[in-house]
Amino acid sequence: MNSEEVVDELASLSLFADLQRPQLRAVAHIFSEESFPPGQRILRQGFQGSGFYVILEGDVTVRIDGEDRAKLSKGDFFGEMSLLLGEPPVADVVAIGELHVLHLAGPDLKGFLERYPPVMFRMLQSVARRLRNANRLRS
Amino acid sequence: MTPEVERPFPPGDYPVVVVGSGPGGIQAAYSLSRLGIEHAVISADPSPGGMFRRFPFFQRLLSWTKPHVLYDQRTREYEWYDWNSLIAVEPENRAVMPGLMDGTSEFPSRPEMELGIRTFAERTGVRVRHDTRWEGTARDGDRFVLHTSDGDYRAQAVIFAVGVAEPWMPETPGHQHVAHYVDTRAPESYEGKRLFIIGKQNSGFELASGLLHQASRIILASPRPATLSVNTHSLAGVRARYVQPWEDSNLGGGVFILNASIERVDRHGSSLTVHTRRSDNGDPFPAEVDEVIAATGFQCPLLDLPDLGVNVFGQSRLPTMTNHFESVGAPGIYFAGTIGQGVAGLKKYGIPANSGAVHGARYNARLMVQRLVEARFGVKRERPPVKTAEVVDLLLNEATTAPELWNQKSYLARAVTRDDDGTIRDDGIVSLADFVDSAGPDAVAITVETDDTGDIHPAVYVRRHGRVDSDARLDSSPLHDYRTTGHRKALQALVAPILT
Repeated sequence: MNSEEVVDELASLSLFADLQRPQLRAVAHIFSEESFPPGQRILRQGFQGSGFYVILEGDVTVRIDGEDRAKLSKGDFFGEMSLLLGEPPVADVVAIGELHVLHLAGPDLKGFLERYPPVMFRMLQSVARRLRNANRLRS
Repeated sequence: MTPEVERPFPPGDYPVVVVGSGPGGIQAAYSLSRLGIEHAVISADPSPGGMFRRFPFFQRLLSWTKPHVLYDQRTREYEWYDWNSLIAVEPENRAVMPGLMDGTSEFPSRPEMELGIRTFAERTGVRVRHDTRWEGTARDGDRFVLHTSDGDYRAQAVIFAVGVAEPWMPETPGHQHVAHYVDTRAPESYEGKRLFIIGKQNSGFELASGLLHQASRIILASPRPATLSVNTHSLAGVRARYVQPWEDSNLGGGVFILNASIERVDRHGSSLTVHTRRSDNGDPFPAEVDEVIAATGFQCPLLDLPDLGVNVFGQSRLPTMTNHFESVGAPGIYFAGTIGQGVAGLKKYGIPANSGAVHGARYNARLMVQRLVEARFGVKRERPPVKTAEVVDLLLNEATTAPELWNQKSYLARAVTRDDDGTIRDDGIVSLADFVDSAGPDAVAITVETDDTGDIHPAVYVRRHGRVDSDARLDSSPLHDYRTTGHRKALQALVAPILT
């Protein structure tokens, strides 16, 4: 994908839905594109120094202690929980097939969210939704 | 063209064909020869050197070769400090570069680098069929067929070391008024000109740095803020050698660094207007200039490989690869050289490996060839036994001196495995991502890592019951020497479950 195609992709993702095109261009340049073979872990349970990822193409499975808990697909993002808490991930995120993602270095997430508050709000909504669902499961 | 009689590797069937005669192709061919695998090497170029036959534009590299270090130049340890020589096992073929440099800089000139690659090929007997252009690819049963300007080659496995070499610039309206980095002219021709450089990575800053003396004003612009390598603690970001324009911009010295996207370039008589839009508030900002140069990067010239299943990603169109640099979609197709930067590795704290540079790519190529010949030709790696009592010292010595671990931090590692019969074996240099993500016998791997504060330290990965479930860092050390009692004790505790 060239940078304009990445901008088009970003524009279609809810996380970035509130950004204008020049901002999306900057975001496209701030993230790097990465690609992984099937079976590779992108996040590793218990490892330090992880990053933030947005899926462009492909699927991943979220695996805790060897058990598959959820599947994430295009437009979904992962890695933010561990970065927000400053702790190693509590799950593996594993590529199911070939996987194509946007990557932001972990130490850059805070500055990125502060620079783009609408993205921070969308991320907060997503985390709140997950918390609500977890509470529903418990009740 | 060289006379036909002197040209090796006529079209035909070979176990392996290597395409390319830059550092990646020559290193891969050397490694194949060491393992006794017959192969052909073809290249469109008239002589070895790859990108260093032309670039960097200002004729000096930004990678070290330090002549005086604590280790003899003929040793493996010296490779740590010599980023530009290709790697050999024979002491007499090691450290080709320092002997060819004129002593005025620890950064070789472009001609010295080109000569270094040619000299390595000559000394190690790597031969290349030059002036043979790969033009297309097909499959024929279990063989790949390479169509070339000299005829067809057939091979069980093909190694493409064709660089990330094709100039790329975005098709912004008015891009016909924009020159690419590769078309930069002699510096004198920019005297008194107002220059606009698109891109704020090393190539943009290299141009700004090289043309500071001539240009009357320089604007560097791209959407993303520039970073400095001294802040990223890695080779990502602008290298120290090119920081002068940055300092000038801070002091208001005629250099301007903008965070803006480039929307359009218009010509008005002899001048150009670059219409930009600021990344922070979206406001338009037009800049009137005399010349625009795009330092926007390069793509992989993979021709029709995507038709064979080689999937590509990113602006550079890098192939999706395994951790051993084999195409995921088209097994049997391998990559060497700068293309290897498509294999991300762990990238802890966002710090990338050095696979896009010779000092990282040379080790990737050796590892790739080793795994290729093991998988396709049954040539087993040497895995010498290690005495239990010596494992800790072996690993700490590697963390302290291994050039692979220091030049490919958190990417390559030294591994020791406990076989089913209880024998502890030295697995040599391995891909760290492969080690931590594949099931296997109990094992331990050590590498060197940098964290977000810039602290450099050894990191240890222990695989038990088929899984690596955490990383463990050892303490850093002021002079990076980890052969201490404290490190021995800490590592001993980590490896004890493997050894007993």
